[in-house]
Amino acid sequence: MKPRAILTTAVATAMLSLTVPAAAAPDPSDWEAVLEEASGQTVYWNAWAGEERINTYISWVARQVEMQYGIELVHVKLGDTSEAVSRVLAEKQAGNDDRGSVDMIWINGENFAAMKANGLLFGPWADAMPYYALTDPDNTPAVRYDWTIPVDGLESPWSSSQVVFYYDTALVENHPNNMSELLEWTKQNPGEFTYAQVPNFLGNAFITQALLELSDTTDIFYDPMQEEDFDAATAPLWEFLDELHPHLWRSGRAFPSNSADLRSLMGDSEISIALSFSTTEASGAIANYELPDTVRSYVHDSGMIGNMSFMAIPYNAQHKAGAMVVANYLMSPEAQAEKQDPEVWGSNTVLAMHTLSPEERALFDDIDLGIATLPPSELGDVLGQPHPSWVDAIADAWQERYVN
Amino acid sequence: MLRLAPWVMISVLTLPLATGLLMVILPAFGYLPVLGGDTFHLEAWQALWARAGLHRSVLLSYFSGLITTLVSLLIVVLFLAASQGTWLDRAIRRMVSPLLAIPHAAVAFGLAFLIAPSGLLVRWVSPGLTGWERPPDLLIVNDPLGLALMAGLILKEVPFLLLMSLAALPQLRPELRVTLARSLGYAPSIAWLKCVLPALYPLIRLPVYAVIAYATSVVDMALILGPTLPPTLSVSILTWFNDPDLSRRFMASAGALLQLGVTLAALLTWWLGEQGVKRLSRRWLVNGARSSCSRVIAFGGRALLLTVTLLAISALGGLALFSVAGFWRFPDALPGSFTLDHWQRILPSVTTPLMNTLSVGLAATLIAAGLVVATLEHAARHHLPARRALWLLYLPLIVPQVAFLFGLVVAAESAGLRPQHALVVAVHLLFVVPYLYLSLSEAYRRLDPRWVQVALSLGVTPWRAFWQVRLPLLLAPLLTACAVSLAVSIGQYLPTLLLGGGRVPTITTEAVAMASGGNRRLVAVLALLQALLPFIGFSLALLIPRLVWAKRRQMRGAA
Repeated sequence: MKPRAILTTAVATAMLSLTVPAAAAPDPSDWEAVLEEASGQTVYWNAWAGEERINTYISWVARQVEMQYGIELVHVKLGDTSEAVSRVLAEKQAGNDDRGSVDMIWINGENFAAMKANGLLFGPWADAMPYYALTDPDNTPAVRYDWTIPVDGLESPWSSSQVVFYYDTALVENHPNNMSELLEWTKQNPGEFTYAQVPNFLGNAFITQALLELSDTTDIFYDPMQEEDFDAATAPLWEFLDELHPHLWRSGRAFPSNSADLRSLMGDSEISIALSFSTTEASGAIANYELPDTVRSYVHDSGMIGNMSFMAIPYNAQHKAGAMVVANYLMSPEAQAEKQDPEVWGSNTVLAMHTLSPEERALFDDIDLGIATLPPSELGDVLGQPHPSWVDAIADAWQERYVN
Repeated sequence: MLRLAPWVMISVLTLPLATGLLMVILPAFGYLPVLGGDTFHLEAWQALWARAGLHRSVLLSYFSGLITTLVSLLIVVLFLAASQGTWLDRAIRRMVSPLLAIPHAAVAFGLAFLIAPSGLLVRWVSPGLTGWERPPDLLIVNDPLGLALMAGLILKEVPFLLLMSLAALPQLRPELRVTLARSLGYAPSIAWLKCVLPALYPLIRLPVYAVIAYATSVVDMALILGPTLPPTLSVSILTWFNDPDLSRRFMASAGALLQLGVTLAALLTWWLGEQGVKRLSRRWLVNGARSSCSRVIAFGGRALLLTVTLLAISALGGLALFSVAGFWRFPDALPGSFTLDHWQRILPSVTTPLMNTLSVGLAATLIAAGLVVATLEHAARHHLPARRALWLLYLPLIVPQVAFLFGLVVAAESAGLRPQHALVVAVHLLFVVPYLYLSLSEAYRRLDPRWVQVALSLGVTPWRAFWQVRLPLLLAPLLTACAVSLAVSIGQYLPTLLLGGGRVPTITTEAVAMASGGNRRLVAVLALLQALLPFIGFSLALLIPRLVWAKRRQMRGAA
């Protein structure tokens, strides 16, 4: 902008490039060196900040890593993860390849796929983190595949989540157990169910859940989509939605924009059944005065879509070592147990219990999951998220069909 | 040095904008190497045209912009014509100006909760009057015609236009004009419409244009109140820019240019309407009819403004109620329990954001005030007509933010400017300067030049005349303009987030991030906090002239 600033930067860059090679990225396999480099760094963690519980947990993490590793952790509060992706993209476009302002992103699914495909991520680093082994990567595919996209060590697991339905027991006697029962129930109780508008990720989750439940074979959805398969494979879904929509809240002429809107509608008794990507959403919302204490959760017989969310480091992050240390700490039993406590947040751990020592396991056993949360034994099977190409194509088709 | 001021101001505004725009025009035509686009083509436009519901999005944006502006202007004009200085009129005016301080998103949240089928109004009459044990399944908020969105916009634009009018009015000496016309037998409201309005409209014309531009491209209110299938064009564009599928950015860029076209089309339509009204009203102005409809006008003006005010205050009251509400079951008229939990949880974490908001807002306002006053003073001293190039000032208000901010980040990065406070102040200037100029320029230009001439003839230097005569005379409009600009700065979300790299949290970035999670109680707390600073600003702008001019009633200015 100011000519002098441009000149100074240009000269400085030129001089730097002559004398010192670009700062070498930290080597994740040399953990001692990473710890040493991380100490004293300020890590800018870009994370969605729509839930006060999450923000409070993140500030707890900040105090821990300050104390244990001498890292200053700053929560950059986002309304949408793609804001951070935009930032990295802008920096790459401007040729800022090693002083990026985003050190770590809470990410998963489509945003990860996009960043990976466009070379915006640093790594591989995640597999080398000391606590990574506790997630039992060899037996837990969700750690290795983010929406069917191979993680390849470019992100470390942080939370596992699963879609659940929640309903008001004061208003609903018998909850549906699958999509056809849901359709029947909605016909009998018009206006009392809806889902988030596609392409919101919860809206996408609902239609992919329906797709998986209604299709005879589901294997096809876990490979990249082939154009010629689309119509036949998605026909049952459209048939279902066409029949469902006239009986939805507002007759399907409007949809709530996200899970929060959906929760408000439940709180206002506008609807009686809703869904969430968090198994503890209902318990948390009861504690927050947002839902009546008559709300409970349930899942469909066939199992529900689930996934993990991760930490990724942009290719140009300025404080990669600090980010790795924080990401590693986030996988520690201490941090994971704190996060799973519904009093704190209530987000499920990514750790495999059998990899933990008895003392570490005790941290988890003592947690009270809350009145409306299903115990892990009742959550049923976790269905994998289809390949992003399917999700994108279905979301586009949904727009074509239901936006006039 | 003064001579440079207009050029400094114009370049501060247009260079970043042009750079940012260029970074949108290129991808709109296929060029964005970082995403693999290295040839020019029209695929983005083809994808855009093929979008379902595009034409409805476009029509929605166009019409909601024009209709809200028309209705808001009518309400303000009718009220001013009706307002004859009774205690009620003064009370209404005083209630309206604080409404300007409430951020758009907060008004939208409040209004949605007021008029929704499960909202306050229904709760207050249910089940007693309606028999509703469950909320009726009516599409009121997010209605396909965008009526709720327009209502929300009107709640915000009426106070803005009223304030602009009140700031401009004193120099027209409306009392003299009305008294003269009344001595000729005109009814008071007709006298105002025929003798004051034709002189007032040119003074508030630019604010009206700003309202049109804002209303056609508003994002935050449209997200909350607007239709969803499809949403308004600006909301669609933001969704595409935010799409995880990065290749959507090409189409988003094309959409941003289309949005620019829609806004320009709305402005052009309005301008044509102005010409039409000018022609058609010529005869009416001089036909000598002295009292036609004067009662209707007098009643309607007050009733409309009162409705707007009460709606906005109830919306705010709903927010305040929610900020201390425990669980609140439908159809209870009041929450089942009250709690300070929500405030206690938010307050510890907002000190830094509040300080940032204040420091950025004050810095931007001071710089902007310096630039604008220097430019206006230069023009006043040399008796220059409004420079034609100055219309460039309004570009940042007309070009949708999503269209150039992303490009601006790239430009700043390329220039080696890291995200920091100063950069956030700089980008706020883009929006603060035009509004400040808008609020101040007419008052400045219309100030009777004889005041300064008298001072000069008494032998003082031009600078002394400026400090001792012109500025004191302009104290009220200047403070109002600064309060407007502070409010504008406080309301900025995208620019703060993008240019600050998320490292300069303000109360607005906190509020929007929290709104994405939708806990209505916490959103209410943040919205009320967000309204606090501009509210203080507007209160000071009203109070200071009253204190300074305690003995000079005519100089107190607005309200």
